[in-house]
Amino acid sequence: MEHNNQADQAGEICLEVNGLWKIFGKKAADILDSDLRFESKETILEKTGNVMAVRDVSFSVAKGEFFVIMGLSGSGKSTLIRMLLRLIDSTRGSIRVNGEDILKYNKKQLRNFRRNTTGMVFQYFGLFPHRTVLDNVAYGLKVSGVSKEERQTRAQEAIETVGLKSWEDYHPSALSGGMRQRVGIARALTINPEILLMDEPFSGLDPLIRREMQDELIELQDRVQKTIIFVTHDLHEALKLGDRIAIMRDGKIVQIGIPEDVITSPADDYVREFVQDASPAKVLTAGGIMDQPEALLYEWQGPKAAIRTLRDIKEDYAFMVNRTRSLLGLVTLNRLKTVIQNNGSSLKKAFTPDPPTTNPDTILEDLFPIAAEADYPIAVVDEDGKFMGEIQISSIFENMIQDKEAVTDE
Amino acid sequence: MSEFPRFLNIPLADWIDTFMDWVLTNFSGVFDAMGHALLMMLLNLERFFLLIPWWLVVISVGILAWRVMHKWTMGVVMALLLVLVGSFGYWKLAMMTLALTTSAVVVSLAVGIPLGILMAKSDLAETIIRPILDAMQTMPSFVYLIPALMLFGLGKVPALFATLIYAVPPVIRLTNVGIRQVSKDTIEAARAFGASPRQILFDVQMPLAVPSIMVGINQTTMMALAMVVVASMIGARGLGLEVLLAINRIEVGRGFEAGLCIVFLAIIIDRITNAMATQQQKGLES
Repeated sequence: MEHNNQADQAGEICLEVNGLWKIFGKKAADILDSDLRFESKETILEKTGNVMAVRDVSFSVAKGEFFVIMGLSGSGKSTLIRMLLRLIDSTRGSIRVNGEDILKYNKKQLRNFRRNTTGMVFQYFGLFPHRTVLDNVAYGLKVSGVSKEERQTRAQEAIETVGLKSWEDYHPSALSGGMRQRVGIARALTINPEILLMDEPFSGLDPLIRREMQDELIELQDRVQKTIIFVTHDLHEALKLGDRIAIMRDGKIVQIGIPEDVITSPADDYVREFVQDASPAKVLTAGGIMDQPEALLYEWQGPKAAIRTLRDIKEDYAFMVNRTRSLLGLVTLNRLKTVIQNNGSSLKKAFTPDPPTTNPDTILEDLFPIAAEADYPIAVVDEDGKFMGEIQISSIFENMIQDKEAVTDE
Repeated sequence: MSEFPRFLNIPLADWIDTFMDWVLTNFSGVFDAMGHALLMMLLNLERFFLLIPWWLVVISVGILAWRVMHKWTMGVVMALLLVLVGSFGYWKLAMMTLALTTSAVVVSLAVGIPLGILMAKSDLAETIIRPILDAMQTMPSFVYLIPALMLFGLGKVPALFATLIYAVPPVIRLTNVGIRQVSKDTIEAARAFGASPRQILFDVQMPLAVPSIMVGINQTTMMALAMVVVASMIGARGLGLEVLLAINRIEVGRGFEAGLCIVFLAIIIDRITNAMATQQQKGLES
């Protein structure tokens, strides 16, 4: 896991955290200077009454990277993200943003840093109930003294970016949870920050809205390309959104890696336990497990040529496509034989037009109902209907079992 | 019969008297200047209230009540109550009382809101001020008359001063509470966007504390009005003096009339400021 500690070598490093500690309580420095710091959180609490929140955390994030910090409640993830803009002061360590140690900033420098470099989105939104949506979104600019005209124009842009146009004059209380968080995101985007800090932004939303917001965030990130630090307790959310994931436990980072690595080679029992909950059925996609068939049939082929192809590959079916590889249907050996017996000359009479299909992003779980109905393999097609590959029914279950083994054997 | 041991006696009364003597000999100039400023404000306000024609006052109060309570019937009721005060023959005295009350409230706000902010910002200030406020509110109101009398002599100013001391605690308390109850999440968000403590106070905490402060203003006003009768003992004229005279001469009718006028004023002021407070609260919620 060492090699994943650093951000991608290719990318320019935006944020670098080194040996960061946070202990809440009056004896923080004493604990750090003694061997007590290696003790468990409970022992430290019992012996000193202080709370160990973040323990020797180091990581770096590249420009434009979507970095997810995941952990259960009490793992120190919310404390950590607050330390990144000094809403909570660190006990020891360094936080470098573009090479500058922000822990050395004085009050004024810190305010400027918060006003220009970072934007934060909160779990409970943290909106100002006495201000309209527009004024909420413009607040970051108001604080730094931007003229009313300019800040309203820029706030308006951000509001449109998050899809809240025509809600500018409402107060937050008139909005649903999902919409409130859009205001929160717009407020952070208005100041055009380099780094977007998001502390469990979607945890308070109901599952349907949450998924929708996640999709929109992905889309938004494609457009704005910010460096995002995203805190969550939800593994699926982490896997879905993160370029890389850091998993925290008891204030420590126990693993940093790309989602696939976390799933396939969990660093320790803690991560393994997490990952076990993430059934492969929810993580693996159709595109990831599909195979290329040995042969395809083309619409201009005759039935006899087709039957020869099937015999060559020793299969009793094949998918038929047109010149642009768009899927037309499924041809089976039995149908072909009937057509030939009836002296048919065209393949068109031999194929079933609407075979079961799926797109490459579909997760395995969603393939189950299709597989239950299908007699032949499932075709994978892209948005334009182009044939990409096939999935044998048996391989769906093999993939699930294989992954389970990989997880439990280690 | 058991006697309390003499050696445990604390001559607090003597100490306070000595302290007051000391204050008087050294700071009488300061109090004279302060008294003069207060008197000017009070007199001008009184002149203003007596200058406007009675019907204009009645109509203005009616419209204001209708506006803040969203019911024209309430406007009519409030206006009628004010007309009744005039019908009893107490218009002029009522206006004088109103001037004294208003002055006391204005000064209370000028002193109380900053103190409330200080209390909210510093836990130490809260620990010190809170028991003082408790004492101020439980102390019999007559007690304030004595130092007021010593500092400012007889007349309107000591009456104003005594009223101020009696009426200021609620606005201090509720400013403090209003600021402290602003959600931590909201303040954290403001901090995260680089707001300075001053910006947080004026952009976030004060606006969100307004409903609470309005309740404080309402209570302060009510207490100021209640103090009017007591303050008349040291020279505040107005409705309170009428009540006091009625007591001295045992004139039930006169006392009742003047008393009713105070009640009417209280109802009008209470309903209007109360409606303003709820309006603020609703404004925040919707």
